[in-house]
Amino acid sequence: MTNHWRDIKNADLILINGANPAEAHPVGFQWFMRAKLDPTKGPGAGGGAKLIHTDPRFTRTSAVSDMHLRIRTGTDVAYFGGLINYIVQNSRYHADYVVHYTNASFIVKDGYSFQDGLFSGYQPGTRSYDRATWSYDTDAKGFAKRDLTLQDPRCVFQLLKQHYARYTPEVVSSITGIPQADFLRVAEMVAEMGRPDKVMTIVYAVGLTHHTTGTQLIRSGALLQLLLGNIGRPGGGMNAERGHANIQGNTDNAISWDILPGYLAVPMPGEKTVDDYVKVAAAKKLDPNSWNFFGTNYRKFMVSLLKMWYRDAATKDNDFAFSYLPKPGGNASWMSIYDQALRGKMEGVILSGMTATSIGPDTAQVLEALSKLKWLVVMDPFPTTSSEFWHGPGMDPSKIQTEVFMLPCTHWIEKDGSFTNSGRWVQWKDQVLPPQGQARHDHWVLADLFQRVKKLYQQHGGAFPDPIQHLTTTYKDPVRPELDELAQEMNGRDLVTGKRLATFAALKDDGTTVSGNWIYAGMYPESGNLTKRRDGVRNPAKNDPTGMGYYPNWAWSWPLNRRVLYNRASADRAGKPWDPNRPGIQWNGTKWVGDVPDYPPAMNPADPKAWLPFIMNGEGVGRLFSNALLDGPFPEHYEPVESPVDNPLHAATSASPVAFLYDKAAGRPDRFGTAAEYPYVATTYRLTEHEHYVTQQVPHLVQLQPEAFVEIPEGLATEKAIKNGDMVRISSKRGKVEARAVVTKRLGALQVAGKQIWQIGIPIHWGFVGISAELYPDKSQHWLANALTPFVGDANARTPEFKAFLVNLERM
Amino acid sequence: MGTLTRRDFIKLTAAGTGSVALSALGFDLAHAQAVKQELRIAGAAEMHSVCPYCAVGCALIAYTRTAPDGTAQLLQIEGNPDSPITEGRLCPKGATAMQLATSVRRVDQPLYRASGATAWQKVTWDFVLDRVAGHIKESRDRTFVTEDAKGNVVNRCDGIAFAGGATFSNEEGYLATKLMRGLGVVFIEQQARV
Repeated sequence: MTNHWRDIKNADLILINGANPAEAHPVGFQWFMRAKLDPTKGPGAGGGAKLIHTDPRFTRTSAVSDMHLRIRTGTDVAYFGGLINYIVQNSRYHADYVVHYTNASFIVKDGYSFQDGLFSGYQPGTRSYDRATWSYDTDAKGFAKRDLTLQDPRCVFQLLKQHYARYTPEVVSSITGIPQADFLRVAEMVAEMGRPDKVMTIVYAVGLTHHTTGTQLIRSGALLQLLLGNIGRPGGGMNAERGHANIQGNTDNAISWDILPGYLAVPMPGEKTVDDYVKVAAAKKLDPNSWNFFGTNYRKFMVSLLKMWYRDAATKDNDFAFSYLPKPGGNASWMSIYDQALRGKMEGVILSGMTATSIGPDTAQVLEALSKLKWLVVMDPFPTTSSEFWHGPGMDPSKIQTEVFMLPCTHWIEKDGSFTNSGRWVQWKDQVLPPQGQARHDHWVLADLFQRVKKLYQQHGGAFPDPIQHLTTTYKDPVRPELDELAQEMNGRDLVTGKRLATFAALKDDGTTVSGNWIYAGMYPESGNLTKRRDGVRNPAKNDPTGMGYYPNWAWSWPLNRRVLYNRASADRAGKPWDPNRPGIQWNGTKWVGDVPDYPPAMNPADPKAWLPFIMNGEGVGRLFSNALLDGPFPEHYEPVESPVDNPLHAATSASPVAFLYDKAAGRPDRFGTAAEYPYVATTYRLTEHEHYVTQQVPHLVQLQPEAFVEIPEGLATEKAIKNGDMVRISSKRGKVEARAVVTKRLGALQVAGKQIWQIGIPIHWGFVGISAELYPDKSQHWLANALTPFVGDANARTPEFKAFLVNLERM
Repeated sequence: MGTLTRRDFIKLTAAGTGSVALSALGFDLAHAQAVKQELRIAGAAEMHSVCPYCAVGCALIAYTRTAPDGTAQLLQIEGNPDSPITEGRLCPKGATAMQLATSVRRVDQPLYRASGATAWQKVTWDFVLDRVAGHIKESRDRTFVTEDAKGNVVNRCDGIAFAGGATFSNEEGYLATKLMRGLGVVFIEQQARV
């Protein structure tokens, strides 16, 4: 989230896309309802914020929303594109913000174009883009040329206007299935949010990300928010509701192939030195008034990380042991792991609190991948569909050579440590219970394994052991590091004074400072661990001095306890809040006050040299046009890879031309179905009572939702003579699910490109392991929802298309 | 850095409702409820946790008591009413967190399935740690690339993948990524994408 849960109460209009917060994040949803029940919020004269729920299903979120727009899954770029077109055509954008706080005025190089669904630079052989033309026209100093009148036909604003002119209400309706009249009612409310005294938030979840266009689906919302001037403001922003207790923190800490802690890029082959690396990874300053804070300091953050990891072996003379860091040979994300196993190149997989089988996508293919491993380690408190895969449904253990290890590990309440929530608030938890039975902490198991491997290399030698031998593991007990020690390591310290850092601003690139994760610097200064703070709502006058809901002494949020990211943009160029009733930060004549400023605290905004508001990128302003993504400088609507219709905008380039087709790239047979065989659109989701798969072990929750089911729209059920409670078989080209039918009005027919389209809903929670599976051993053989989903990834993030695929439906 | 304790909260609630909110039976149910809760957590230690499920970050208060045999006994988990994120509310999952915490369905010791075997074998921690460490070294040695085809120094291990833990704390996650990269592993993943 750019903002945080409690901040949603500050909004006038709440767009909810690809999410169902009333059921999936019910406790966070109270802030949506507070906004709705607050008469000072809302469009027009107020009377309460309006909630617009745009989702294939009518859910409990829809039930309390002001409007539910039934949308065809995966078409939100068309919806947001239509809203962008409406506010641009009708000049309802926040003009001052757009001119001065976005790159609308930047001039794009000749050569950029978009035609028939393809941006300039497409390379069909590699299904990729050469992005050279997606850049600015620059002057002799390398700064982008600008036209603050926004009239130049090559300026970003004009190119954006032209790009989205195709997204008329008629076209939006034809792609999404949303009736034009409903769309126009929403467009009018959204347009009002371009006023400085109004503010809208967009809230989304994996209903937007799990598509081959996932990254651009999010980006299309962000573009809309920039045009309305709603990024950086209380009550605004782009807010991802994350689905696991510390998925945010584990992204921050880079359990992800493509980043190092604090969103530093992973170094790639060909980068021989830290300087080479910084040259590739760090943003370049593109405007004289751009601070380019991240780009300017990138080297300090990287050297401080290398120095933390390799300490005495990292010196100026060896470029801080930069060569020790592994450089990937290609994409190494989730599906790539199983793709490599299918190719016979992956030997061993360690799953710690994750299950490959249930997560998929395309369970049959994942099971085949697991069967090809030499060894598989599962670390979990409970058996999982991965630890038990070798004797799961349809598997013959005698033919599976994979050695499998099940290591009983502790869960959250048996260890301390901090969780970072969706809103970036980092909260410490105590160790409440000792480990049960023989269970050990995951981090102790990993530390122990590392020390044993290190010893094997000391005894027997082997492939380049230096990075293993020199990695710092100087904990009080190297096989039992304390989480408190690790929290201090993430925070970092000054090696000269020996003191822990209070801010990342103190980091240096000469090897005299260390920090394991620069964005967590300041979490654990000399005064102590700030994530343990608990000054809460018992005393609002003292604990929430601005009244905006920041509660700065409850836990700690990264970076530097800032509660709203990009908050310089909450005030106008003179430093006055766009809306005096909802200030983020403001200039009081001598300093910035309010939230922790995302800006030098004493920088006078009247100074002609004052920095532009967005300090993290080279432009210094928000990017409506960008070459940072692999599939286009503007979001464009592409159909899901499996779709019942051709793209109404460009049938010849119907799906994303750069979605990554794993099977095709590996020379394996095609596993995609067609609408002729699989005529219905399916999507997957969660229920309130379960969390992915672990809750299959919790009796109360199994009692509440005991058995797998699928949701079938009434009209389709009538066509197929399916009654509520019948057993049905849902099949895709890849597999099948057999479960009870819930016949419901929550799903319904859509009119798309002149055709009637049905959508089916499939909750993800069941499999062949857990209490329900033990109660229904026969039925549970075909409960895995991800048996159906396609093995294909978004061009940027390689996120699978879990949320839009084709199926057939039969009564059993 | 004070905290509103469970007992304070019950007293506040009881005080706030006791005088007006009488039940149809003519006596104060809120008070009875408060007394019952008091008994349940009497003498308990209060500790802080955070819900392990979604990422709202619901603050929990866990009440424990040391049993006569010296073991820690978890009596109750409930939402922390002082949290600015939740104001004490929990969903059905958070409200049943105690069943996850005290489950008897856990795997109670390390298990091993040999190649082609049809059943698990109970083994010791030393057995699994030594055997997995051996596998890590062998797979690393077999699949380690010091230089790629273009002569770039890459120092990576292509044959091992690590995926973990959306319920890892930050500190565990940080250690996992550090140790894995220390081994040269590049296939590193978690739940964010999936």
